[in-house]
Parts: sequence; C-alpha cells; structure tokens
Amino acid sequence: MKSRPDDALNLDSETMEKLRKKGVSRRDFLKFCSAMAASLALPSSFIPQIAEAVANKKPYLVWLEFQDCAGDSEALLRASKPTVGQIVLDILSVEYHETIMAPSGHRAEKSLNDVVKNHKGKYLVVVEGSIPLKDDGIYCCIGGKSALAIAEEVCGNAAATIAVGTCATYGGIPAANPNPTGAVGLKEAVPGATVINLPGCPVNVENLTACIVHYLTFGSLPDTDRLGRPLFAYGKRIHDNCERRAHFDAGQFTQQWGDEGHRQGWCLYEMGCKGPETFHNCPTVKYNEGTSWPVQAGHGCMGCSEPNFWDTMSPFYKRLPNVPGVSVEKTADKVGAALAAVTAAGLVIHGIGRAISPQKNDDE
Amino acid sequence: MSDIKRTYVWEFPVRFTHWVNVLCIIVLSITGYYISNPFIYALSSKQQIMGLVRLTHFIAAYTFMMSVIIRLYWSLFGNEYACIKEWFPFSGEKLRTIGAELKFYLLISKKPLPNTGHTSLAGITILLVYAGFIFQIISGFAMYSLTHSGVIWTALGGWLLAYIDLPMIKLYHHLAMYVIGAFIMGHIYIAWFADIRERNGVIGSIFSGYKFMSNHK
Ligand code: HEM
Repeated sequence: MKSRPDDALNLDSETMEKLRKKGVSRRDFLKFCSAMAASLALPSSFIPQIAEAVANKKPYLVWLEFQDCAGDSEALLRASKPTVGQIVLDILSVEYHETIMAPSGHRAEKSLNDVVKNHKGKYLVVVEGSIPLKDDGIYCCIGGKSALAIAEEVCGNAAATIAVGTCATYGGIPAANPNPTGAVGLKEAVPGATVINLPGCPVNVENLTACIVHYLTFGSLPDTDRLGRPLFAYGKRIHDNCERRAHFDAGQFTQQWGDEGHRQGWCLYEMGCKGPETFHNCPTVKYNEGTSWPVQAGHGCMGCSEPNFWDTMSPFYKRLPNVPGVSVEKTADKVGAALAAVTAAGLVIHGIGRAISPQKNDDE
Repeated sequence: MSDIKRTYVWEFPVRFTHWVNVLCIIVLSITGYYISNPFIYALSSKQQIMGLVRLTHFIAAYTFMMSVIIRLYWSLFGNEYACIKEWFPFSGEKLRTIGAELKFYLLISKKPLPNTGHTSLAGITILLVYAGFIFQIISGFAMYSLTHSGVIWTALGGWLLAYIDLPMIKLYHHLAMYVIGAFIMGHIYIAWFADIRERNGVIGSIFSGYKFMSNHK
C-alpha cells in the first residue's frame, strides 16, 4: 500500500496560494516532494516533513562561479518542466548569481556582501568552477578579488557549501594536466568550509535539488563517501545499475559505432565506456527530467564525476589509459607484447650463445 | 669426479604452492585477458560468458591469495632454503657472489654455482616476483571491493583506491600480467639452462624436492 502523504499534509493556504501563482499545483508540489524523498532514499513517511520544510523555509543562497563554463547553471535553468527548477529558485532566495542576476557591477557585489554580512552562518552557497591557486590566484578575479579570497570569505561564513560540477569539486577540466592555473576544487582551496561535493559534467540538477531539500528538511547535509559525495547519489557504480549490464555479463559487446551490436543496444565496454569506474546515479535518475543519459543514448560513460577524469579516463574511447612514461598512444597490450617479445628475444639470443660457446669441460 | 649428494631442498609446502601458483597464474592470465579484451562473443543474452569468466578469475584469485599466504608463512617457518632470508641477499657476502652468478648466466663462466637453494640473483628475483603477486592481489581486491563493500575487501585492497585512481589501478593490474609473463618465460628458461649446466636436477627438484649437489668445489 502506498501511503497518501497529502492526507497527512496541512499546507497553509497562503503557501499553496503562493505556489499556485507560480504555476505549481498542489499535485505538482507533492509529486516533487515524493520524488525528492525517493532520490534521498527516504521512506514516504518523510514526505510531509519535506513538504513542510520546502514550503516554509526560505534560506538565502548565493551561487558563485569561478573557472567554469556555466554548464551547471545551464543544467539548472534548462530543467524542462517548470516545477523543479522553479521550486528550487522559488524556495530559495537567490541573492547572487552572476549569470542570471539583474544587478551588475558594484551593485551585484553589494548584494553578495550583504548576504555574507547580514546572514552570517545561515546562508547556503553553491560553487561552480575551479579555483586557481597559482601566482596568487590572479587567473580568476571578480571585482578585483581573487576566486580564492572570495571563496574563503563567502564559503567560510556560510552554513554549508555545495560544490557542483567536477571543476568545483576536484578541479575538473581546468585542473587537467598540465593544470596551467594550479586549479583545485573548493574543498582543497578552502579546507575549513563545510562542503558537499556533487561532481558531474554537468551536475545532475535532481541531485542538487535533493541535497538542498535534505538540508531544508533535516538542517544538515546528507551522508557522504570518502570523496565528499552524497551516498544517495554516488553510492552505486554506473556499471552495476546499467540497463546494458545483462549484455556485459552475457558477453555481447559493441565493437564499432553503428555495428549490429550497437544497434542491438549491447554493452559499450569495448568502446571505452567508463561505467565500471564511475560512481553516479545516472542510470536511475537520468538527465533532463529522466529523459535519457549517455549510455541509453548509445555513447559510453566518460567517467565525468570522478576526480582527474580528464587525465585518467581518457582516451575516452579506449578501455584503459595510456601507459604513462611511454610515448603517447601506446596501449597496455602493445607495451605487454613488446615486453614479451624482448624477453623471448633475449632468451633466444642466450640459447644461441650457449649453443655456439666452446664445449669446455664443465668439471674444469 | 666428485661424489654427488642427494639433498632435500624444497619441502612439500614450497612445491605445493609453486604448482598452485602455476595453475592460478595460467587461469588468471587467460581470464584476465578475456576480461580486458573479450575475444569470445555470446550468441544470446541468456549466456553468461563474461559472468563465468569473471567468476573463474575471482575463484582463482582467492586460491592464488591463499597459496601466496601459505608460501609466505612457510618462508618464516620452513627450512633454510624456503627462508625469507633467501629473498633478501643484501648482506655483503651474498652480494659478492652476484658477480660470479652473472658470469655464469651470461655464459662467460661455466663453473657451476655452489648454491643449494636460491642463488643471490634468484633470491632477488623471487622478492620482486612476490612483490608483483602481492601487487596483483591488492590491486585485484581494490577493483573487487567496488562491488563488495565490507571491511575484509577494504583491508585486502580497497584502501588502495584512496591513493591511485581506479583507471590507473586497472592499467597497472593489466601491465603486471605481462611482467609476470616475462618472468615466467625467463624462469623456465633459466631452470632448464641451469639443469643442463649444473647437472643438479633443479627441474626435477620442484617435483621431488631433491637436488643433486656435488661436494666438489
Ligand atoms: C597473477 C595474477 C593476476 C593476473 C595475471 C590478473 C590479470 C588480470 C587482467 C589482465 C585483468 C583485466 C584488467 C583490465 O584490463 O581491466 C584483470 C581484472 C581483474 N582482476 Fe585480475 N589478475 C590477477 C590476480 C587477481 C587477483 C588476486 C584478484 C583479486 C580479487 C584479481 C581481481 C581482478 C578484478 C576484480 C578484475 C576486474 C574485473 C572487471 O573489471 O570486471 N585479479 N585481472
């Protein structure tokens, strides 16, 4: 039996009215709350509590962008149905977001400063993009202040910071070898801040929303793994939840893009899919309101939510990284074959040497 | 001619683990190669080829680990030829014999080596090979721990994930297979070579345990 949370739910009419004006029906709202409970792996008995918190709390939020491409902002704003994106933006009072806010210049900086000053220890921060540390951080400055200085001040005084996207969490693409700007993720740049990591390129908005909802409902961030990622979203390996997994176990593999196996939806392992190396809930939550995700669309996973993915998950269309120290584009098997050949050649030469060396008496 | 002494060198645990290792490494290498490069395709989704190959890899892996543990145990409690000290020939005296050994193996000298157990070079080789085995076990269990959460697997290898990125662990686990393969080629060749040159029955010794040492120096 499914419980009927809305029976137990008494949202005051004022809140409902507000939501209705935004085009969010009671039904949509409850659907959203149950989806959040499901994402967070909470039993449905928590739905009223979630609805209560989401409807009534209105924390301040600032969204900082550093060395980024605004892809995570895009992911948030492009949520196709209005509900999720709207609810997030509406329940939160977004005071600062470079890409979408109306004020600019000093006025914009002032709204940021006001939040930090007036709501110290109470507001939330979302950080997008990596922070350069090299040369005193001059590679990313906003309003004359370095990204590091801004992050230290804003995240250091926040209730909690959510680092979204692989750049903000682990340095991501700016930190890829040779990392010219000395880019790092937020937790490394500001170790003192309370940070939760939501890597991915881009972040999955469902997970971001669920994190915020968890914070509103319980006053704390969800449990994390050793990389600071919430377990509800990053606790399972893509490979283990993949819809193509049965073909892996069977031994049915796509060998070439567009071949028979590819058209049959076989496993993309041999095409370099990094699902076996990546922890994320893409196969279950998917992107764009559950429309699809890379492997469903026929492309292997690139491991974008793992640290150093640009360096260690590439070549993206090969199963294993290139052998370090050996000239590029040498696969492990080529190096292995070379090693075997050298050994065999050495032994053959030795054998010949032995055959032609003078037959002296061994008991000399 | 000198008189020949039949000497008991390799005790049962040494011979036993040697052959278990041989079997396991063959199975692990074939299944491991299949895992990285599936060379047989299933005809229907109901088959379980990759599933079975991986299962075989893991069963062989556990067997291999046990075998390595038994051998390490015996290196502490076995006879002098099995002793762990043989693997660390870094004392001055033992290092000095390396020159003579090299001359022998490089066909410069034909004087048989006096060692009953391992030569110094062989000792170093065993040390490196066991380091390779232990690396395979740790890196293997690091990968295994991805789908088997629990203290045991974290202790056996999962901890490595905090130090090496997973794709690199896979790469090194893969490359180590070739390193071990190269060792095996050299190992068999040298055993054969030594058997003929030294006439001490070293090849037979890994079956029977006995070597035939001449007292003549
Ligand atoms: C002589 C010893 C071993 C050899 C030669 C060997 C070889 C291999 C090779 C070549 C691969 C494929 C790697 C890749 O390209 O991704 C592999 C995978 C693997 N091996 Fe081993 N291995 C050995 C021992 C072990 C041990 C002791 C374990 C312990 C559990 C282990 C666990 C694994 C696992 C979990 C995988 C990954 C399977 C997958 O991705 O589905 N291996 N092995």
